[in-house]
Amino acid sequence: MYGLGIIKGLGVTLKHLVETYVDDFRWGVRRYTTDDGFVARQSTDTRGIFTVQYPEEKLAVPERFRYIPFLVVYDDDHPDHPGEIWCTSCGICTKVCPPQCIWIMRGKHPETGRPIPDPEYFYIDIDICMNCGLCAEYCPFDAIKMDHDYEIASYDRTTAHIFDKAKLSKPLSYWQKIAPSRALEEHLARETK
Amino acid sequence: MKEISPEATSDVKSVDAVELLSRKFPGSIKPDDRKGYEGIVVDSSKLPEVATAIRDELGFDLLANLSYVDYPEEGVFEVVYNAYNTAVGGKGLTFRVRTSRDEAEIPSLIGVWPGVDFQEREAWDLMGIRFSGHPDLRRILLWEGFAGHPMRKDWREPFYEEDNKPYGTRWPEGQVQRAEMKTPYGMNVQYPGGFKLEGWEPEGEEALYAGLGTPLGIGPDIHQIKTDQLIVNLGPQHPSTHGVFRMAVTVDGETITRLKPVFGYLHRNHEQIGERNTWLQNMPFTDRLDYFSSLANNLAYAISVEKMMGQEIPERADLLRVLMVELTRIQNHYSAIGFLLNDLGAFFTPVLYALTERELILDLFEATTGSRMMCNYMRFGGLAYDLPSYIGGPAIKEGDRERELDTMKFIKGLVYERLPRATDMLDRYLTNNEVLVNRLKGVGVLPGDRAIAYSATGPVLRASGVPYDLRRADPYSIYNEFDFDVAVRYNGDSYDRYLIRLDEVRQSLRILEQVVPRLEETEGQEYMGGKRSYNHRVPAGDHYGHAENPKGELGFHLVSDGGGNPYRYHVRSPSFINLTALEEMCVGHKVADIIVILGSIDIVLGEVDR
Amino acid sequence: MTMTPDDYSDLNNPDIPIPDELKSNIAITTLDRIYNWSRARSVWPLLFGLACCAIEMIATAASRYDPARFGMEVMRPSPRQCDLMIVSGTVTKKMVPQIVRLYNQMAEPRYVLAMGACASGGGPFKEGYNVVDGIDKFIPVDVYVPGCPPTPQALLHGFITLHKKIEGQSIMSVPWYKKGQSEAIPVPVLGPDLIDPRQGELIQAASEGEYSAQFETDENA
Repeated sequence: MYGLGIIKGLGVTLKHLVETYVDDFRWGVRRYTTDDGFVARQSTDTRGIFTVQYPEEKLAVPERFRYIPFLVVYDDDHPDHPGEIWCTSCGICTKVCPPQCIWIMRGKHPETGRPIPDPEYFYIDIDICMNCGLCAEYCPFDAIKMDHDYEIASYDRTTAHIFDKAKLSKPLSYWQKIAPSRALEEHLARETK
Repeated sequence: MKEISPEATSDVKSVDAVELLSRKFPGSIKPDDRKGYEGIVVDSSKLPEVATAIRDELGFDLLANLSYVDYPEEGVFEVVYNAYNTAVGGKGLTFRVRTSRDEAEIPSLIGVWPGVDFQEREAWDLMGIRFSGHPDLRRILLWEGFAGHPMRKDWREPFYEEDNKPYGTRWPEGQVQRAEMKTPYGMNVQYPGGFKLEGWEPEGEEALYAGLGTPLGIGPDIHQIKTDQLIVNLGPQHPSTHGVFRMAVTVDGETITRLKPVFGYLHRNHEQIGERNTWLQNMPFTDRLDYFSSLANNLAYAISVEKMMGQEIPERADLLRVLMVELTRIQNHYSAIGFLLNDLGAFFTPVLYALTERELILDLFEATTGSRMMCNYMRFGGLAYDLPSYIGGPAIKEGDRERELDTMKFIKGLVYERLPRATDMLDRYLTNNEVLVNRLKGVGVLPGDRAIAYSATGPVLRASGVPYDLRRADPYSIYNEFDFDVAVRYNGDSYDRYLIRLDEVRQSLRILEQVVPRLEETEGQEYMGGKRSYNHRVPAGDHYGHAENPKGELGFHLVSDGGGNPYRYHVRSPSFINLTALEEMCVGHKVADIIVILGSIDIVLGEVDR
Repeated sequence: MTMTPDDYSDLNNPDIPIPDELKSNIAITTLDRIYNWSRARSVWPLLFGLACCAIEMIATAASRYDPARFGMEVMRPSPRQCDLMIVSGTVTKKMVPQIVRLYNQMAEPRYVLAMGACASGGGPFKEGYNVVDGIDKFIPVDVYVPGCPPTPQALLHGFITLHKKIEGQSIMSVPWYKKGQSEAIPVPVLGPDLIDPRQGELIQAASEGEYSAQFETDENA
């Protein structure tokens, strides 16, 4: 019969519509207020409404998530090296960076003039950065990591989009917070070295 | 409706080919004896005859790739052709032609394989090689009037720094500078010496429109009504051209008499940047070719380079590669079907259903590779990471909601339940819909022999009744260990191109069902072969590596001079070459059908224009 | 549906006291607030994608991130009917004349959101010969969203940033109610390379060999 296919198709859309309400009735408010409800909406079993109500609720990004890189520094309350940067300005990240968006000036000892393992300048042009994560992957000192902060929209790029050392530096505790299991793994690997 | 393509064996070895051809064309054929190179060198005067013999007598009927290399020291350009046999599969035949840089002219092969049309135009545009006998040798990715041929080794872009990365200005004395500050115009432009605006006229598009006047002779004239021919431009800003694609169409009433695609609105100089990059640096750039299926692009590039390096890959890495690539294929086909329906006017509901499933697959990609679309996951010898222990992440922002879903459970949920159900749902939802059937059936028919002649690959070729799938025809990775059928449909119309995507999704799910148990067995095993390194050295040589991407055969023609950077990096992109057949498929149909036919080919502009 | 006092909260001008019993019936506001509130909640984007970022834009427009919650689900393919141009992807020299033309055709008030690294400043393809290093060289950009590509949540944050900008404008000072017409941006031309008509003199000077002096003064300033 002509039109049967269309009716069948409409049946599918109708099923989607009904599912929305079935799940909402079954869960009630819990679907939107509890973590279980959120998981049920955002897992492979999800049915019905699939929306993440950004900005009221945000989908937490996974540990490996990559956005703009940042530099790891010791926390300010570290007993031995408060606020000290991990980067040794070895330059591997600049060599591996595909669009070549990292600039490092190696620090020099103020008296002897010999290179010291501390970058004098460290710049990343985030208008070029392709978020590929190779710098973090190949850094031998775990000193550069990919940040998870994606909420960095701005009104002006000339002043805001070249990140310098101060803007790039974030404490180790921040890295431990955004990627707990990876930070632990790296810590153990450094210990055994 | 399906059949398994024959076992991948080639009955014509390339040595035999040389013998046979040199007997037939004495003095015009010689084997390429440079180290690391394969195939034969053909004298350019005899090229069309030799090519005909290769096609008809040796059976290499599919000209997969045309690439071009500049050797300024020797003063030659080399054009490299890779031909394959669709009937028996197996290794192809590489043949090359050399021409001096000063004259740079070789005979066109458009009479033997019409599929070289756009590829020859690309070689003319970017390298400046003339193909005598080509009826429409215009610039294709750039525009008429552009100064120079940018893929030549001595051509320099406005922001040129050095021939090869890494650039010396980045470390140890890195002073940040925006590249545009270095040009007087504050922009990425340069003009040839002595260029004066006064009295200068832009070349415009006369050359494009010149070829559109004469109809192809399949005109309507049904009711003997006298009608005017009208040229209509579709795109580059048009909601149903899948990006910045443009078609100049001659219509007679509503009927199409000529159609010319116009490319280059997303030409991002992938190949030229690729030759500046190191081998590894190209990996994230391949993500941006077909941005729907970055993992499949990764795989094609990784296997091409690994082949040149002779790198072994551990089993777990291979399994994860297959898992990721097949999931990529599924989400690509879902989106393709969704957007096809969008083009038909079923605005957004089918796409929303398709994208919901895609989002779940992307959740796995994001948790495993770190990015939803630009995965940059594969390395030479293995992978960047193993699977994560869970999908989801820690809450750090205000409002962040945590999920902690077990990864294997998530994958099983997708492979065994969610995706089969979704595929059936799409099938039930769309396949028998009368509107869809009427709009698709018999529209844009491409017979099998024409599809091969036009070098079409992927679903477009297989919907025309040619069971040619590289996963079977020239197996790579570990596809020969899995049990699956090559999906084929025989009518070659848009409806079959729609159906074959559902078939392929089902076959991919079949592969995945075999992958998942083996993933559990190999849990914890090594996923990286060889040393993790960022400066790979690839032995000198030339290699064409290819893989079956969701949209067709993605190939990389790589030439290495033994250094840390590719000497030549050419991408054979399926979307670009599949469009060669577009005119033939569209002529005689109505304007509204162009959109349908284009949607059924499933192109992505990142790959078309590169 | 009756509105609760909360619904008015962003409209209510807190400087003027309202008796408690009237709170659900009266909203005291300035013209600016209601003008901007209504504009910010009905920004219609142009249905226009360039490259990879366009796919994330589509993902944002789909059910998971649902821009209908911001009144942005209506994507118009015609520039005449939309308020926001999302430049989603790499801008090439061949494409930029079309983009400028689309921008010129948009009715005011119009906004531009540069999505991703490429549209903001060239991105990873910046060094290429056919790539424009930032759409802001040609049309004014209101919000930049970094990332390659920005995830849907990052793009939504960009939308919210744009809303904040709209809410900060005043009906008294916005340019589109001023007298006279706003100047159209000259459309670039494709020559030996991309020619911006505004740079005509500079190109002329360069061809006569004077550009180096010009360049140096620019740099010193």
